[in-house]
Amino acid sequence: MPALSYLWIIPLLPLVGAAANGIFGARWPKNVVTGVALSSTTLAFLAALEVVREFMELAPYQIPWTKSYFTWISAGGFRADFALQVDQLTVIMLLVVTGVGWLIHIYSSGYMHDDPGYRRFFSYLNLFMFFMLVLILAANYLLMFVGWEGVGLCSYLLIGFFFTKQSATNAGNKAFWVNRIGDFGFILGVLLIFRTFGTLDFASVLPRAAAMAADPAGQIGTLTAIALLLFVGAAGKSAQLPLYVWLPDAMEGPTPVSALIHAATMVTAGVYMVVRSHAIFLNAPVAMQVVGVVGCLTALFAATIGLVQTDIKKVLAYSTVSQLGYMFLACGVGAFSAGIFHLMTHAFFKGLLFLAAGSVIHAVGGEQDMRKMGGLRKKIPVTFWTMFMATLAIAGAPGFSGYFSKDEILEAAQHASPVLWGLGVLTAGLTSFYMFRLLFLTFFGKERYDEHHVHVHESPKSMLAPLVVLAILSVCGGWMAAPQLWGGVNHFQHFLAPVLATASEPATAAAAETAPGGAEILQTLFGAPVIAGLLGFFLAWWMYCKSPETPKKWAASLSAPYKLLSGKYYVDELYAAVIVRPLVWISDKVLWHVVDEGAIDGAVNGIATVSRESGDRLRHVTSGNVRSYAAWIVAGALVFTSLLIWMVN
Amino acid sequence: MVPTSYYLVLSAILFGLGVVAFVSKRNIFIIFMSIELMLNAVNLAFVTFSRSLGQLQGQVFVFFVIVVAAAEAAVGLAIVILIHRNRGTLNVERVDSLKD
Repeated sequence: MPALSYLWIIPLLPLVGAAANGIFGARWPKNVVTGVALSSTTLAFLAALEVVREFMELAPYQIPWTKSYFTWISAGGFRADFALQVDQLTVIMLLVVTGVGWLIHIYSSGYMHDDPGYRRFFSYLNLFMFFMLVLILAANYLLMFVGWEGVGLCSYLLIGFFFTKQSATNAGNKAFWVNRIGDFGFILGVLLIFRTFGTLDFASVLPRAAAMAADPAGQIGTLTAIALLLFVGAAGKSAQLPLYVWLPDAMEGPTPVSALIHAATMVTAGVYMVVRSHAIFLNAPVAMQVVGVVGCLTALFAATIGLVQTDIKKVLAYSTVSQLGYMFLACGVGAFSAGIFHLMTHAFFKGLLFLAAGSVIHAVGGEQDMRKMGGLRKKIPVTFWTMFMATLAIAGAPGFSGYFSKDEILEAAQHASPVLWGLGVLTAGLTSFYMFRLLFLTFFGKERYDEHHVHVHESPKSMLAPLVVLAILSVCGGWMAAPQLWGGVNHFQHFLAPVLATASEPATAAAAETAPGGAEILQTLFGAPVIAGLLGFFLAWWMYCKSPETPKKWAASLSAPYKLLSGKYYVDELYAAVIVRPLVWISDKVLWHVVDEGAIDGAVNGIATVSRESGDRLRHVTSGNVRSYAAWIVAGALVFTSLLIWMVN
Repeated sequence: MVPTSYYLVLSAILFGLGVVAFVSKRNIFIIFMSIELMLNAVNLAFVTFSRSLGQLQGQVFVFFVIVVAAAEAAVGLAIVILIHRNRGTLNVERVDSLKD
């Protein structure tokens, strides 16, 4: 098993690329920088493929395949190895991260071509790949945390990539700070895991968590506390309520970054972590409920904001938050494989949507406002058709990848709670509406851009090729689950089953009952989510194609809800008033002027003043007069002698 | 036999004379000699205790003191000569350029 023994090569390749470009890239011509960046990710992808090929030949008892390379920390009873692990879950993440990451690297070489920060961009992007691969390959929570923090750092660096723009640096800071809150929960969860189990290795923590008695429903025991703390971390990284606020702002970064980090990979790390820890969550019913409800509410909440956004990337950002909500909804109702399935298909179609949006922005010369686009369908056909495929996929059109994953989630939700299911279906309708709204505003109707100044052109081949590949994946990516429709095996779920052996999959139980007939297949195909999606499509078509005056009329007649939505529910303002401003006030008035200036500066300056003053006084002792020195010596000797005599007596 | 206390009183008187001269005199040469006087007062006390306690350490220590005093005299006298040569005076109150 050569490749499996050298797992470390996969994360190392992008790290080498990042270091080479970061240190020496300034002296290299642009095509060498491109070569280094692309070859490191290509090789990582090929290495991942080889690892997966070898993994498939392993006997079941060899899985998870764990490889410990060296002891990283050993202190008393605590021990953490630099150990990597491969199991079915890792395989899926590995293929998504290296595959989609590789495509987006290729795209970036076209998109960022004329940017002065080209070298810096690829250095960060490669570094991100390194940390993301560490995160998914890690065999214990601590190493996972390294990757977790690392991707957060790269996210910050890339959001603030255009650092001369104040809004971009602000957005980077915001992302970093909000993530700190989540990371704090995560590290507390990790500490509690260590306290409870005495180790952080997945291989020993998870089976023991599964063997433990479940916390009683409605009570918060140790496992529930761990699960909730981990979920705080997941909510920060994966932009769930109430920590989602950083993701829409993260769109200040370059578009390939939005595609790779803020849609396809990093933001799904929270979902991955929850699924990885499913043994803990399953024994914590309260935590499961929290996950499911938070996920469902986030999905609905973000989708409603997405309805009225006018910035093409903002729509996609809220859509990402919403889709991540779906994944947590799946986890919360116990359908972990459905969550990972949606993670994968989402990586394809949302990555594609962002890349296509980047191609649109590229075509209209940097404009992001959809109100200033329109009628681009004929001018940039490849972008249009690929984006159309992705829109169908995310809207859940039957047969497309998003259909299978979303349907699986909603089916599982239906078994768990009709309310969650209803909200999920409603969200599916909203998703379809805002996505077709985006499509119609951008590609149909009148040209609303300034034709004299904007020369619309299709993007270069390096950008179109990844679009086409991702479009194919967006269409076909879900077909693994297709046989389920006619009573066959859901290959995706079947593949993940060994990892999730402890999880009871409600969807499996339901599907295994009977092989459905033709009418039932039709019923499944055109179930409630699909009907909701169709309604969303027709509404969008009617509002933005048939009679384009409707949106304005509706916005005028429903001004209060419209304002609430376009103001994003004023959550940012609320946070500013409740958290940020009081914090700034306390920092300014108390911490700065009282604690820092008063206590800390006071202590430091006080010591300095005392020594200066006493020095000033004592200075006169050294008069330079030998006889006064002689007198001091005698006086000192006298004092010392009398002290000695006094002590003896 | 002369009692031990006589020697000790003599030693104390010699030491006291040395101290008074050390503090009050201005001539660097006299100050120097008063230091020697104090050293010898201490030597006397050492020898006295050595005798009365019947131990040799005190006498051995006196040899060391004499050796160090000889070395100190050599260096000290050289300094005194140099001061005299450079400044034409032996008054310590005028050797105060460190003050500036």
